[in-house]
Amino acid sequence: MMAPLWLNLKTGRFALSLRLDRRVPLVVLGLLVLTVVVLVWDVRTGEYPIPPLDVLKTVLHLETADPAYDFVVNVLRLPRALTAFTVGAMLALAGGIMQTLTRNPLASPDLTGVTAGASFGAIILLIFFPAASVGMLPLSALVGGLGVAATIYLLAWRGNDSPIRMILVGIGLTAALSAAESIVLLRVDVERLQNVLHWLTGSLYARSWEHLWALLPWCAIFIPFTLLSSRHLNALHLGEEVALGLGGRVTFQRGALILTSAALTGAAVSQVGTLGFVGLIAPHIARRMVGPMHEGSQIVTALVGGLLVLSSDFVGRTIFAPTEIPAGIIIALVGAPFFIYLLWKNNGGH
Amino acid sequence: MSATTPSPTLPRSKGQERGREFLLVIGLPLCFGVLLAAIMASIAFGAADIDARTVWASIAAFNPDDTSHLIIQTLRLPRALTAVLVGGALAVAGAIMQGLTRNPLADTGLLGIEAGASLAVVGAVFLFHSDSLSTYALFAFAGAGLTAVIVYALGSVGRGGATPFKLTIAGAAVSALLASFTTAILMFNQRTLEEVRFWLVGSVAGRNMTLIAQAAPYILIGLFVALVLGRQITTLALGEDVAKGLGQSTGWVKGLCAIIVVLLSGTSVALAGPVGFVGLVIPHIVRFFVGQDYRWILPYAMLCGAIFLVVADLAGRLIARPGELAVGIMTALIGGPVFVLLVRFKVKR
Repeated sequence: MMAPLWLNLKTGRFALSLRLDRRVPLVVLGLLVLTVVVLVWDVRTGEYPIPPLDVLKTVLHLETADPAYDFVVNVLRLPRALTAFTVGAMLALAGGIMQTLTRNPLASPDLTGVTAGASFGAIILLIFFPAASVGMLPLSALVGGLGVAATIYLLAWRGNDSPIRMILVGIGLTAALSAAESIVLLRVDVERLQNVLHWLTGSLYARSWEHLWALLPWCAIFIPFTLLSSRHLNALHLGEEVALGLGGRVTFQRGALILTSAALTGAAVSQVGTLGFVGLIAPHIARRMVGPMHEGSQIVTALVGGLLVLSSDFVGRTIFAPTEIPAGIIIALVGAPFFIYLLWKNNGGH
Repeated sequence: MSATTPSPTLPRSKGQERGREFLLVIGLPLCFGVLLAAIMASIAFGAADIDARTVWASIAAFNPDDTSHLIIQTLRLPRALTAVLVGGALAVAGAIMQGLTRNPLADTGLLGIEAGASLAVVGAVFLFHSDSLSTYALFAFAGAGLTAVIVYALGSVGRGGATPFKLTIAGAAVSALLASFTTAILMFNQRTLEEVRFWLVGSVAGRNMTLIAQAAPYILIGLFVALVLGRQITTLALGEDVAKGLGQSTGWVKGLCAIIVVLLSGTSVALAGPVGFVGLVIPHIVRFFVGQDYRWILPYAMLCGAIFLVVADLAGRLIARPGELAVGIMTALIGGPVFVLLVRFKVKR
């Protein structure tokens, strides 16, 4: 591996300094360009293809050859693509936080219990109140998710917080919840079960501006907070003793970060279903690209996650068109081999 | 990565140490007694309750004309035996995985066992319209074994061989990949979903003696070798470098452990479907009481896993009479809250 070279950014006027791995700017730029390309390509493709240039024009509300473009781009495809990217970025950041806090490479946003709770909330609604489900689904998933996450945190609290206790309590509670789900699911007819399965896999089918707007407040609060916490995450990653030694208020920081992870996951999952895998692999991919320091790796994590979900949705939407494969399935199909390849190519770190 | 050691133990005096050993030694026959009692209860109680004398008579002097004897021999006994074998095997396999990868989140799922078996069975139903438990068993075993080999191979590529980190990651990735295939099939093919949804939960009901007799040798061999390897696994759980420093040829031990895990959990999944939770949680519970020595963890895990599954199965039959809840559901439904309580009181930091 090449010698680590750092970029030190300091501003004279504010007490602010930033130390970045030198690979970061290039990687971020590359990912951004790739994202725009995929985004345009995604919006271009479909049953009603649109020339790439017209895609850009339509987005900017300029005159194009066909007035129908406006509907296809601005109502159908663009909001869906943007929702995909946003959700991916949120889940990836949430997963990265959990991997750092628990210092466990297997950690994913599921560890907070949010996905289990969200599934539970959604299943209850889909099975018992099928009439109310469309508008209420995100809300019930969100309530379920955050409720379970809070329960796990409180049950694991005994005078102090402890990541390992939280993981283990989470395992127990999540398993009990999914058992309760199974009882419900074994009693419903197959068609309704397939409906539930669809939601549980995570899909961006028919997602629109309203879904994106619902996500934005959560992004606006918690993504900046995550990025600003990079320094604390670096310390916590080295272990509790080190973080304490560096003068961190460990319990408080950890609590705030767990809340952040739960909130990001809960919001994302409530809009598109339980897309789990992206939160597990995106942080690993990012660390392989720019190293473990969070100032750089978190930005890359978010971009990688967004790009993963965006492209998975694109592939799932087009590969067997008009039949759609949910993005949740494609992420694993594409992500897992890529992940293994990275592991194989670059296995020095651990 | 956080190791499985929850708290540094304070140095004990010689006397305390001897007292502990004594408790551990008498604990084993005690657990065995509990297991026997659980098996008896499992045979006696159900949709129709049968008294203990009839249970004994049906084993000692089987009378094919007696309905209760028939119930015991064809339904209850096979069921209890399946639960014993599967529970013991899964708990030991899970304990080995946690020791090997030094990861408290590890279980046999990490070698892709459940995911591989499920995909094989779902695929068999989808493609060949298989519909008998014995065909399921065959496909499940083949799928589990094949997946484990792939995961181990992927985890061993590159420098350093099969490190815990690479194994964990390869296992997680491969499992996710296979699970997504399974979901895809189930989502687009209603017939398959209808056919396998009960198998996928994990159950010990309706297994016949032939199937059990085929599976038992693998599990018994696996358990025997595992118990013999207790000392090596303890050393390995301290970390690869420590184990090497103590003169252990870690490659062999790891390979052998992986084979045992595949044997145990592959056979279990063939017998009972993907029963979750036992392999993950029983080793933790055992460790709370027994400590970090795998020479003790493994036999206790074996007995406690068997007890747990027999009791879970019995509870599933009793609370939903005259129907029943599959054992795969009951394990988590009972075990989950119990585990949460134990964690609260036993994990100090």
